[in-house]
Amino acid sequence: MAVESSQQQTAIPHYPQWEPLRSVVSTFVGNKVAPLPEQPKMGFFTDTSLCIGCKACEVACKQWNQLQAKNPSWTGTSYDNTESLGAITWRHVQFIEDIGPAAMLPPPLPLFGKLAEAKSEGLIPETPPGTALPFFNTERWLMRSDVCKHCANAPCQEACPTGAIIRTEFDTVYVQQDICNGCGYCVVACPFGVIARDDDGTHTARKCTLCYDRMKEGIEPACSKTCPTDSIQYGEVDKLKAHARERLGFLQQQGVQEARLYGVDDTILEGGLNSFFLLLDEPEVYNLPADPPRPSNHVAPASFWAVLTAIVLGIFSILFFKE
Amino acid sequence: MGSNMAEAHPVGFANVVKAKELGAKVIHVDPHYSRTSALANMYIPTRAGTDIVFMGAIIRYLLENNLYFHEYVLHYTNAASLVKESFRDTEELDGIFSGFDPETGNYVDQGSWDYQPGDDGHPLTDPTLQNPQCVLQIMRRHFARYTPEMVEQVCGVPREQWEVVVRTLVENSGRERTSALCYAVGWTQQSKGVQIIRTAAIMQLLLGNIGRPGGGIMALRGHASIQGSTDVPTLYDLLAGYMPQPAAMIEPQEQEAKDRPTDTTWGEASGKHASALSQQTLEEYLSSSGQKFGWWSNIPAYMRSLLQAWYAEAANEEDGNCVYRWIPKITGDHSHLATTYDMLDGKVKGYLLFGQNPAAGSTDSRLQRKALQQLDWMAVFDLYETETASFWQRGPVPHLDVVDPSQIKTEVFFLPAAGSTEKSGTFTNTGRLLQWHDKAIDPPGDARSDLWYVYQFGKRLKQLYAGSQEARDQAIQALTWDYERIEPEPGSRILDDPDSELVLKEINGYYVYPPGQTGGPGSESLQGPLGLREAPHVPNFGALKVDGSTACGSWIYSGVYPEPGKNLAASRTPGGHTFLQWGFSWPANRRILYNRASADPQGRPWSERKKYIWWDEAAKKWTGDDVPDFPINKPPDYTPPPGATGIDALSGSDPFIMKPDGKGWLYAPKGLRDGPLPTHYEPAESPVHNALYTQQSNPAARYYKGKPFNKLAAVGDENYPIVITTYRLTEHHVSGQMTRWMPWLNALQPALFAEISPELAAEKKIKNGDWIIVSTPRGEIDARALVTRRMRPLRVQGRVVHQIGLPFHWGYKGRVKGSITNDLAHMVLEPNVSIEEAKAFTCNIRPGKLL
Repeated sequence: MAVESSQQQTAIPHYPQWEPLRSVVSTFVGNKVAPLPEQPKMGFFTDTSLCIGCKACEVACKQWNQLQAKNPSWTGTSYDNTESLGAITWRHVQFIEDIGPAAMLPPPLPLFGKLAEAKSEGLIPETPPGTALPFFNTERWLMRSDVCKHCANAPCQEACPTGAIIRTEFDTVYVQQDICNGCGYCVVACPFGVIARDDDGTHTARKCTLCYDRMKEGIEPACSKTCPTDSIQYGEVDKLKAHARERLGFLQQQGVQEARLYGVDDTILEGGLNSFFLLLDEPEVYNLPADPPRPSNHVAPASFWAVLTAIVLGIFSILFFKE
Repeated sequence: MGSNMAEAHPVGFANVVKAKELGAKVIHVDPHYSRTSALANMYIPTRAGTDIVFMGAIIRYLLENNLYFHEYVLHYTNAASLVKESFRDTEELDGIFSGFDPETGNYVDQGSWDYQPGDDGHPLTDPTLQNPQCVLQIMRRHFARYTPEMVEQVCGVPREQWEVVVRTLVENSGRERTSALCYAVGWTQQSKGVQIIRTAAIMQLLLGNIGRPGGGIMALRGHASIQGSTDVPTLYDLLAGYMPQPAAMIEPQEQEAKDRPTDTTWGEASGKHASALSQQTLEEYLSSSGQKFGWWSNIPAYMRSLLQAWYAEAANEEDGNCVYRWIPKITGDHSHLATTYDMLDGKVKGYLLFGQNPAAGSTDSRLQRKALQQLDWMAVFDLYETETASFWQRGPVPHLDVVDPSQIKTEVFFLPAAGSTEKSGTFTNTGRLLQWHDKAIDPPGDARSDLWYVYQFGKRLKQLYAGSQEARDQAIQALTWDYERIEPEPGSRILDDPDSELVLKEINGYYVYPPGQTGGPGSESLQGPLGLREAPHVPNFGALKVDGSTACGSWIYSGVYPEPGKNLAASRTPGGHTFLQWGFSWPANRRILYNRASADPQGRPWSERKKYIWWDEAAKKWTGDDVPDFPINKPPDYTPPPGATGIDALSGSDPFIMKPDGKGWLYAPKGLRDGPLPTHYEPAESPVHNALYTQQSNPAARYYKGKPFNKLAAVGDENYPIVITTYRLTEHHVSGQMTRWMPWLNALQPALFAEISPELAAEKKIKNGDWIIVSTPRGEIDARALVTRRMRPLRVQGRVVHQIGLPFHWGYKGRVKGSITNDLAHMVLEPNVSIEEAKAFTCNIRPGKLL
């Protein structure tokens, strides 16, 4: 019934005798009937300038998704004992120590010696522009909560031979656990090292679902819900991207010239990322590729060379073996 | 300073991050670059234990350059009060104040610290601030040697960095702006912790940052509701609501003839033995604990209401004296840590531990474990088996800490406790905010809430002593003890869980004899006496009476539950400038204490920007964004008539109503055991000599010299040249007794590590990740080395001082194990509050592993 009524809405003349043909065609071109209600793209904006490295996102993610704990092993890499994203780790807080060998002294303060005088003469404004302190101190301990980027054009999805990896109605990238056969093609296709096969458990590929089960109920994902400083923000991708650009402007105004956005523009992976970041240094510092490669881009040139090689070899064989 | 807020209080720190977004400047001064430092506008590494020099130099700078908030300081602080001529400062006595008795190590005679009393008992003042005996001039002399050069020499902080802090503070204080200070156990866990906080208070008073929005000193508490445990106290020296626990006096001291209440400035007797006055009767207790002037003059009403809550009708016998006799009187230091030595000496028979893990979480843990062996019995109420509950099985390093269970007589009971979601009650947070939480689920198995255990314990004690004829057992026989639920909690299988709202009602207070009736208790026409269940609630502590007609478990919480069905701690209505409908903040739901100071002496806001509480001339009352912390109708120009007492003795421009003089105390004429002004002393263990005075460390601290397991390194001992500090990580909670059982958390921080600088690592030939042994005169532990530039060597008195830092979350129980950092710490206690010095002591390190 639902199908009929929508057919009427689409104003396509109904010819019952064409029904078998229609069903055959629809398997090739997709069923155009019963479109879902308009659903904006949803994603994460992870603003590292607000991250305090508490790892609450990691724990909230593990709890909600009931993910196994990693075997405890102390790495000696700053405060990062999680090491990387993986099949049972869908949020990972990085700690990058960027501290110079010697304490850098702040710039000289000519006003200081005459502060009392200046204050009594009203030279210090009622609402001072703020002491000349930088927004961040010069010795940096960078923290970033890493997560699946939910690429607009996801290489993992392209690589998936079974159709297990799909785009949801929220335009997120989702691995259907009942369809995945654990081939692992997606693992090598991901330029960020996000997705991994759960070799100790399900033997399927697993990664962040953006808490698909929560989103369906209109609840925000566990990690962003837990983040105390709103370093992880969840929302409509378009609005979040606009907010991210505003935030970048604010930080640059505050003198944080090294701040930059990652994955907001469509240049990364031809379409941008639905889960993007504000970084405080070069992407490579955070172990992010500046220009992530797309494995499928190699398909055309590689096929060309393969075909060419075959042709050349064929010609040679014909020439060589014609006698 | 003294706080790693982002790691220990991440949710509270979210507000700091928010403030920074709005333009606030965040400066972190700490020995250890932490996650807090990473978010700060400025981070300044400093040597652990030198905070008083850092801030003392700021105080000197403000005084010498006339940068303090003149009007605020003159009217709202005791800057103009005159101190007795007999007072001798550390300047004159090379690091100690007058009244010190080197034999007992105490300031036995604090009389010379007092103000010069005028005829009416109020202190004499000099509003010109020129009198050499006025507080401001005494401070000027006292802090003269706290120079920026001393900051460089003692703290190891370059002058330029310190200057940025001063400049930022000065620019952001005054009429238009305020600055706040946050501290935590980085200050309190020092042998002079209280005096460090005093230094901060002086600095904030001089800058006019107390009682005003955006100002203040935030004491970040270490556990959920540890604020509550001092308000309705689990402390040995306090009754509810900061009333002192009565003290026994072994030998009655003769009161000196000159002692009349008007000889002091708070209306009590003074003299050599003032602190040892007898408190055997209620009158004696009230006269020595109460004050003639200020809010504490109400202590008789609060004390009588407390006795009424505990003993109902019996409290009316002999005007309360009968039941007052039953209240235990203290005979010395019975604090947790001081009791450890009594335990070691076999003087303590039994030990009840609710959520406490001294075998790993308390200072000098090896001593703690030895002391546990001397007990007859011990009961541990916890979620998991803790190090304390299993101290008889093994030690941290079996071949070094040999434990032979057959030789331990202590009988250990382990009782499963309920988690916070498995019981209802209130949490009181850092902001004095009470927030109710409901029970979400029954605790598993036999686990029960602490309230259930204590209630059952009380019921059984009453049963046990029901037939006793001993006078000493009357205290248990007469105790009101009925918190039974009338109806079982819906959906719960635990039928005998006490009613926690009934407990809250007792804390709030109720009318034993409802008001509106003439006469008093005993009069026959009266309705009453009413019990806890049926009695009407009191609306607030203003209703508490001295005549026995009201009962109240803790006066400062009164008003939290003003009528049936109106538990304000459970209210969650956001909105308004100060969220007054969200929870309940004691006292009387005030969000900022002493907020009268947010208006000028005439009652006008200091500035439009910092408007908070002001005098409404038309309505003849105080009004604003908060509940005024002041008599609501007392006009700003009120001057007390001669002979006025209590709160009426304070003028309309005296905001600090808890003080007998109504002033913020730059100088503390009374109440501290180690001096009226903060003085820099080196920690009990230090690599350097005190650069300011001959007196090396706090003379009044308790050192337990000659006691076992508490050897200290000598000053500058080359065997222990490295400064060590301890701290927490976000991933675990205290000794890890709850968190080290959680695999998700264990994966985040699986092992104990020591943070050391690359310079020290190179010197000791240690690589990142190596095992190292950390040693102090108390013992040795092993840990992994985390070599990081976040730890920095400092230049102190011409030489390099290395500092290392260790978290203290590990032990020998739980799913991840590790050495006990507290095995390294010593037992030297701060004199006022008996807190250990775990944040600054000395050690040495070498590569290696103990096991």
